[in-house]
Amino acid sequence: MSDRIFGIACLLLAGFYLVSASTIELGFIETPVGPRAFPYIIGAVLAISALYPIFVPDAPPEWPDMRGLVEIAFAAAVMFAYAWLLPTGGFVLCTAVAAAVLSWRLGTTPLAAATAGVAISVGIYVVFHLVLGLSLARGPWGF
Amino acid sequence: MDALSSLAAGFEVAFTFQNLFLALLGCFLGTIIGALPGLGPSNGVAILIPLAFTLGLPATPALILLTSVYYGAMYGGRISSILLNIPGDEPALMTTLDGFPMARKGQAGEALALSGIASFVGAFFATWGLVFLAPVLVGVALLFGPAEYFALYALAFATLGGIASRNQAKAAIAAMIGLGISTIGVDAMAGVARFTYNEVHLYSGIDFLVAIVGLFAISEVFLFLEHRGEGGASTSGTKLSRVTAPVSMLKESAGAMGRSTVLGFIAGVLPGAGASLGSFISYTVEKRISDKKGTFGKGDPRGVAAPEAGNNAAAGGALVPMLALGVPGSGTTAVLLAMLLALNITPGPLLFQKNPDVVWGLIAALFIGNIMLLLMNIPMVSLFVRVLLIPPRFLMPAVAMISFVGIYGISGSTFDLMVMVGFGVMGYVLRKLDVPLVPIILGILLGGEMEKSLRRAVQISDGDWSVLLSSPLTIGLWAFAIIGFVAPLIIGRYLRPKIADEPQAEGADPD
Repeated sequence: MSDRIFGIACLLLAGFYLVSASTIELGFIETPVGPRAFPYIIGAVLAISALYPIFVPDAPPEWPDMRGLVEIAFAAAVMFAYAWLLPTGGFVLCTAVAAAVLSWRLGTTPLAAATAGVAISVGIYVVFHLVLGLSLARGPWGF
Repeated sequence: MDALSSLAAGFEVAFTFQNLFLALLGCFLGTIIGALPGLGPSNGVAILIPLAFTLGLPATPALILLTSVYYGAMYGGRISSILLNIPGDEPALMTTLDGFPMARKGQAGEALALSGIASFVGAFFATWGLVFLAPVLVGVALLFGPAEYFALYALAFATLGGIASRNQAKAAIAAMIGLGISTIGVDAMAGVARFTYNEVHLYSGIDFLVAIVGLFAISEVFLFLEHRGEGGASTSGTKLSRVTAPVSMLKESAGAMGRSTVLGFIAGVLPGAGASLGSFISYTVEKRISDKKGTFGKGDPRGVAAPEAGNNAAAGGALVPMLALGVPGSGTTAVLLAMLLALNITPGPLLFQKNPDVVWGLIAALFIGNIMLLLMNIPMVSLFVRVLLIPPRFLMPAVAMISFVGIYGISGSTFDLMVMVGFGVMGYVLRKLDVPLVPIILGILLGGEMEKSLRRAVQISDGDWSVLLSSPLTIGLWAFAIIGFVAPLIIGRYLRPKIADEPQAEGADPD
């Protein structure tokens, strides 16, 4: 079933891609191969290959149970939030929180996770910013 | 003996304090990356690229650092294979078959020493192969026009899909997704925007480093979250005695090392077949030749030497098409290609003419790094064993955060970070569905050049598409591509590691 859904998703993607390709402006110069040709080929091959998993699906993968899915969605949300808040909160604070949360979800006790988060954050800050001179996100306090 | 004098010049480039230090650092980091299960050569190198890039390292030092990591990871993978029965990375899978039984017999030290020496032999002779074969291939590549290049790129995708994956259709889908991503942004030839949907961030296209780090490193974090609590690592069961191999054992395994080096190197040079295939073929062939008493799989030293020599030789071999043609044959060489492209260096025949110092400096550094690795991996192996005991629940958050630092360092854009997380989720889903990730990376990397050569070829012939099949070279390349894609369907069951067909391969890192 998973493979069939994947195939159909790819087929839809190919259709969307091909329609988008047909709206590409052609520019002023007439050339034998314009900017649309290569995307047309890609879209066509994608559509044809997508048929295979629909008709001949592999054995379904072992998807994680509900709890696992929630864990993964939560981790992805933490990472998105991290990316979003980085310029506001500054590197050290955001990284400490994000690393601590991830470590906690991977099975560390809350106190140890908090310590690990701070250690990871400060460690990266010292090595990459102070020693190697990489520019990291500056928050309201300059770090 | 042109190659030798170029190599001598290369040693002058490599013998600076900075380059030697970077080679040492790369070897050290590489061994750790290889040894840690879940961190393999391709995502290790992927995380380090943005860092090397933002630190402003010039091309030669940056390449020396990263290829040392690549070689180092090939050495490091064996440590956890032997001690824990968990391959540190995919190429080290075959080493578990005889390495772990040896460790259980109390021969862990011998197995580590022997595999270290086998790794050295494989990598050393493969680097010599690189010295002599790459210039020959460059000579051939100079005859290539745009139509030939288009066929060559198609060949790379076809063999990658045919040999290295379990399902051809899924490999083709992956390649097309990658190529499709590469078309996003302003088209350089016609100057029009494609697939940007009026989003300013998309005009410059999707940065391939963002895609690589997301697909490889971030998706790994999700896989760990799913499998958390399963199979804790511990080395308590095995005692590490002195790490030396008796001379008799070396003598016994010498033939295995020699044969495996040759086989591994050939497997590495073939586009699409990386170090995993090298170690697999080496082990299988060696088993057929030497296993007369049925000792393979029960701790036969030759079963440890063969895959290790094979995968290190394949790692060297895989650099040949990447440097000489600009067409990587495996996951990690694709990532190394990304590094070169990020530095505005296009590999291929022109690289050898325009930047000989880069190529030969790199090759010389590989020789030096290989010796450093041998010294590091035998007397100091217990140090790496200790690193193995860092639990993933601390390691994976650190890996994720370092990935963010690297990508943020390149662009300073939070949009890129979000795209990276998006790629991480996509990578996780695709891995679950058994869709290979390497064709996606290759598509993103090569898409631009592939389209350019297609358009040039047809433009030169004034709109006649038959130009793509007009020369004997193009016909030969297309024929190879079709054979490479179709033949494994027929004989594939014999070519592929059976263990890799089991679901645990989802978490394994491509080489």
